[in-house]
Amino acid sequence: MGPGDHVRGEGVEVVVYGDYECPYCAALEARLHGLAARVCFRHFPVRSSHPRAHAAACAAEAAARQGAFWPMHDALFADQGRLEDPHLWARAERLGLDVARFDADRRSDAVAARVREHFRSGVRAGVATTPTAFVAGTAHAGRPGPEFWALFGA
Amino acid sequence: MALAAGEPAPELSLRRSNGDPFTREDLLGKTTVLVFYPFAFSPVCTDQLSIYNEVLEDFRERGATLYGVSCDATYSQTAFRQQLGIDIEQLSDFEPKGETCRAFDVYHPGGFPQRALVIVGQDGVVTWSHQAAKPSDLPGANLIFDAL
Repeated sequence: MGPGDHVRGEGVEVVVYGDYECPYCAALEARLHGLAARVCFRHFPVRSSHPRAHAAACAAEAAARQGAFWPMHDALFADQGRLEDPHLWARAERLGLDVARFDADRRSDAVAARVREHFRSGVRAGVATTPTAFVAGTAHAGRPGPEFWALFGA
Repeated sequence: MALAAGEPAPELSLRRSNGDPFTREDLLGKTTVLVFYPFAFSPVCTDQLSIYNEVLEDFRERGATLYGVSCDATYSQTAFRQQLGIDIEQLSDFEPKGETCRAFDVYHPGGFPQRALVIVGQDGVVTWSHQAAKPSDLPGANLIFDAL
């Protein structure tokens, strides 16, 4: 985990590469949220399977620029069926963001570069599917099994 | 298992999307990564090519040219490529079916390519290869980067 990463929670450190349109990612996030886990989330939008995943990742990064990464992150995972542009604007408004700024940021080169940087770091780490979670350097790819949850005492 | 490092690449009988042949001569003078995949439009192949395409520029920077290879017809491969919106050039091993896959020892008894990666150096010799334990396994692009 680095200083620029999105991190929350306390407990076992886990780095999650995920995609906002992936249902297994949403399930993983929801369950981790209730455990003793220090979660770092990085974007790995697989556009072929999830055509809105990249736009959603950019929306989360744009929200981060107004200090609202995690609220947007949760809002995206909470309603994966609504990820079109008007839905993203509605979330930004609901979270009290400057919507015009949010919209400009999510389309910016800087935000796209950040998402790409996450994606590349995932590729270099061997990520080939979502979600992939790393705990103590070990990759857990796909829907996590009992051995993964046992790491968190679950 | 796929041809191992040190073995010369065999003769190829592949077709580019425009129908032109792609032969062993086309391997010479550059580093080539052949991505053998089972079927166009199948779920794992879709993700595999999509993910590799996202880092295509990184492969180019490392001096490598990537090709997708399957036994699908050129028209199917082109439709697949267009649907995914990817730039990775496709090579068809449609007729004689699987001949090149057999020559690389990556032809699955089910009539399709194993999921395999082969790097051929500028001199036409295999420098690295990897075959997934089963066709549903998706090898990360990091394996290729590590091998280049």
